[in-house]
Amino acid sequence: MSRVIWSPTRYRRFSLGDIIILLFIGSIIYAISSLNTIYSKPTEVISLDLSPQKLPLYSLFSLLRMILAYFISLIFTIVYAYTAAYKKSLEKILIPLLDILQSIPVLSFLPPVFMAVISMFPGSKLGLEITSIILIFTGQVWNMVFSFYQSLISIPRDLKEAAQLFKLNPWQRFWYLELPYSAIGLIWNSMMSWAGGWFFLMACEMFTLTNQNFVLPGLGSYLSFAALKGDLLKIFYGLFALITVIILLDQLVWRPLLSWSQKFKVEYVQAEEYYESKVLLWYRRSRIFDLLYKKIILPLRERLEILFISYYDKKEKQEIKTSKISKLLNLIVSTILIFLVLRGFIGLLKLIINLPLNMWKDIIYSAFLTLLRVTAAVLIALSWTLPLGVRIGMNPKLSKVIQPIVQIVASVPATAIFPVIVMYLINLPGGLNIASIVLMLLGTQWYLLFNIIAGGMSIPNDLIEISELLKLSKIDKWKILIIPSILPFLVTGGITAMGGAFNASIVSEYIEFHNQIYKIKGLGALITEASSKGNNSLLAASTLVMALMVVTINRLFWKRLFKKSEELLS
Amino acid sequence: MELLRLENITVSFKFPEGEITVLDNINFTVNEGDFIALLGPSGSGKSTILRIIAGLLKPNKGKVYYKGKEIKGVNPGVAMVFQNFALFPWLTVLENVELGLKAKGVPPEERRERAIKAIDLIGLDGFENAYPKELSGGMRQRVGFARALVMDPDILLLDEPFSALDVLTAENLRNDLIELWIEKRIPTKAIILVTHSIEEAVYMADRVLLLSKDPGRIIKEVKITLPHWRDKKSQEFLDIVDEIYGVLTGKPVERISAKEKKPLHIPQASVGSITGLVELVNDLEGKADIYKLGEELLMDVEDLLPIIEACEILGFAEIREGDIILTEAGREFAEADVLERKEIFKKLAIEKVPFLKQIVKLLQSKSNHKMPRSFFLDLLKQHLSPQEAEKELDILIDWGRYAELFEYDDDRDELYLPETSELLVNVQKQEE
Repeated sequence: MSRVIWSPTRYRRFSLGDIIILLFIGSIIYAISSLNTIYSKPTEVISLDLSPQKLPLYSLFSLLRMILAYFISLIFTIVYAYTAAYKKSLEKILIPLLDILQSIPVLSFLPPVFMAVISMFPGSKLGLEITSIILIFTGQVWNMVFSFYQSLISIPRDLKEAAQLFKLNPWQRFWYLELPYSAIGLIWNSMMSWAGGWFFLMACEMFTLTNQNFVLPGLGSYLSFAALKGDLLKIFYGLFALITVIILLDQLVWRPLLSWSQKFKVEYVQAEEYYESKVLLWYRRSRIFDLLYKKIILPLRERLEILFISYYDKKEKQEIKTSKISKLLNLIVSTILIFLVLRGFIGLLKLIINLPLNMWKDIIYSAFLTLLRVTAAVLIALSWTLPLGVRIGMNPKLSKVIQPIVQIVASVPATAIFPVIVMYLINLPGGLNIASIVLMLLGTQWYLLFNIIAGGMSIPNDLIEISELLKLSKIDKWKILIIPSILPFLVTGGITAMGGAFNASIVSEYIEFHNQIYKIKGLGALITEASSKGNNSLLAASTLVMALMVVTINRLFWKRLFKKSEELLS
Repeated sequence: MELLRLENITVSFKFPEGEITVLDNINFTVNEGDFIALLGPSGSGKSTILRIIAGLLKPNKGKVYYKGKEIKGVNPGVAMVFQNFALFPWLTVLENVELGLKAKGVPPEERRERAIKAIDLIGLDGFENAYPKELSGGMRQRVGFARALVMDPDILLLDEPFSALDVLTAENLRNDLIELWIEKRIPTKAIILVTHSIEEAVYMADRVLLLSKDPGRIIKEVKITLPHWRDKKSQEFLDIVDEIYGVLTGKPVERISAKEKKPLHIPQASVGSITGLVELVNDLEGKADIYKLGEELLMDVEDLLPIIEACEILGFAEIREGDIILTEAGREFAEADVLERKEIFKKLAIEKVPFLKQIVKLLQSKSNHKMPRSFFLDLLKQHLSPQEAEKELDILIDWGRYAELFEYDDDRDELYLPETSELLVNVQKQEE
């Protein structure tokens, strides 16, 4: 007995989705083949062709780097979060370590990564490419790890028990339980990671190390180079290309993914907010997807599953023997990990122990200045996002119109517009200070806005109605209803915004524009300068101070506030 | 023929303050053809027993044998239906049902055929491609049953499968299951049902194991020989229900007399529900059958018992042979107005709940008449687990506030005496 199972979305005709896929594949092949020719050129020449015809190719290069970095991030995320969630002994090291790694700005990773990669690929441009990709990776991976780890440890008990009773093996458990359960969080965080990647792209494609300049052809370097030359027109060209790429990605990749991921919601109730995407329908009707799914993915999955079933069956029989080996392996892995952490710590100590005392004074003073700027940026962001975010959140009609617009505006990396802003502010008294705060603001206000909108949406309707019936004054309404309801969201947004602002200080306090270096005293400037001059002791010390500052503020301020707000609501 | 045997199963959890025994020396055997119900109040560890049988939990002591062999890891002969369905929301009905077969490596065609058969059997045909969130609660639980039955388990484990459903849907599904079972349309050799509904247990099972709580022990086994379909209104049925009620409600009476010496523990009943119950019983001429009362209020025993127990402790009511009878004080309380009620409650609470008196005394002895919540929590933790202590203190504060014995500041987590000294005088008077 077999039954034909009808499914409405599978059309068998060539559709728009197919065209999009073919275009994408074609352009990637083109980009890779063009990259080859560039590799063969000598590496010493530091120049970049700024003609606008080159922009599509540069966009593809940048996109390719971002995609590669993203896949490395994804693999790293799965391995790291898995280990942290399932190996209780390692969890205690890995999670605090993640907290620290997250607060280290991208450029601080540059010298060690560069040394390691260049020693593996001496004198080749491939080494530079790898360095750039790893830099992008360090900018986007951490929040994904956090999200996946959080999902893994919060899988409902009964789902876990069901999986256990059915004897799903680890491979199946991953595909049927863990990955689907984490999908929504992972997709949201991937979007955030990509935004972070674009933000630091300029720093990742063109950097100075031990007074040597390195340029990789791409959108980021195009923008950096145009800024360096002070060519406003070229900056606009680059900006236009960048915004086009971001909007295309949003419409062709992230929207469809978000819409598709709705099916991984665990709540049994139908959700009110629904992300629609026409493009998803195109993909669903796509013939290539259909063929790919039926002829390759489905049989491959079936094969793999059978393979893994027999593998785990055998393993179960040998379990008594292997458990000793796996214990030993565990021990070895933990030892290596602890050794690496210790080694890194000792290396760090050696580096910073030589630093003279007045240098330390300078670092602390710079840190204080940066803290002031970050605080100012967060406060300014708060002053406009709070009223607007609450208004949007509490008004579903308004949010439907505004939300997509805000999302696109937010995804434009502020670093790209920054040179233009600097140009206008540079001659004002304290102009660089203002410019620096503006960049921090541009980069991080969105985290606050999105979280506050989410908070506004979460205020129960009956409470809003009651406050209206009671004719609460505006001040009382904020004090009694709004602030307590959105506090947890506010704190989440605040942590991300503040951490982001600290990281952004490396590009906002030290700017190369019109063949000139503009810098103001601050921790970010110190890090960028130390990195470009190859002063590793200074770099290590100032990075350490920044990481410590971020972690301390999170622990002492935000997390306490969060706990308080949770108590208030429970 | 013996299918399953539990031997000396003991489960306990260690806390810094000591050990809590959840299950104490559980022994029973499941034979082919058995339909067993595990019945008891919450905290009696009945779901824990089910998870030990499934091999999801390891007991601290004791062993489980399936077909004479000790089980290590997941029990190969069982499938389970969960209280909250535990369906994978991202898989369709068909995919959910197929999942267990997939894990066993059953080839696709056979897998699909067996899954569709199970779906038809449980009355879900036409919904193969629906996602769980598109289905009603009853339909979802049918998927839960199909998913378990498709594995052809020897023993079907049911963890309160009907308690998340509305009354009619639950009844419907119960009858469908009984039909499959008595007509032998499923190869299942035994069913173990965890429930806290006496009626459900008597309606469905052939053997009912009654469990006590703190620690969980089997206090009695009741065999039900009534043939299916059972008439819930018949005298025999009601007799068995009454008998079981007697055993379960008999327990708290014993416990209360023991509590007189160890006065820290008061049941989880808010002043509101105590007042409500006393009023209700007073309207019923001061006497009511607990079973009928529960039915009328649509409440389970385990929810009703703490309230009854609280009434007993305060001296508002007595329990005799499954009936609750109001005392003189109870009647007075029911007929009093709001302020008088507070007075009566205060007098009785101070007299019967020594810990409340202790709180007031401690607050009086402090010069600022304030004491942090954590102080009393620590006192309670000497006798109770941390969670229990929290709950206990919440109830004590609820009673104390109502009786105006003390006040509580939620922001600062402090207990304090209000400014007026009238209260102090009252308490001192009572002590004399």
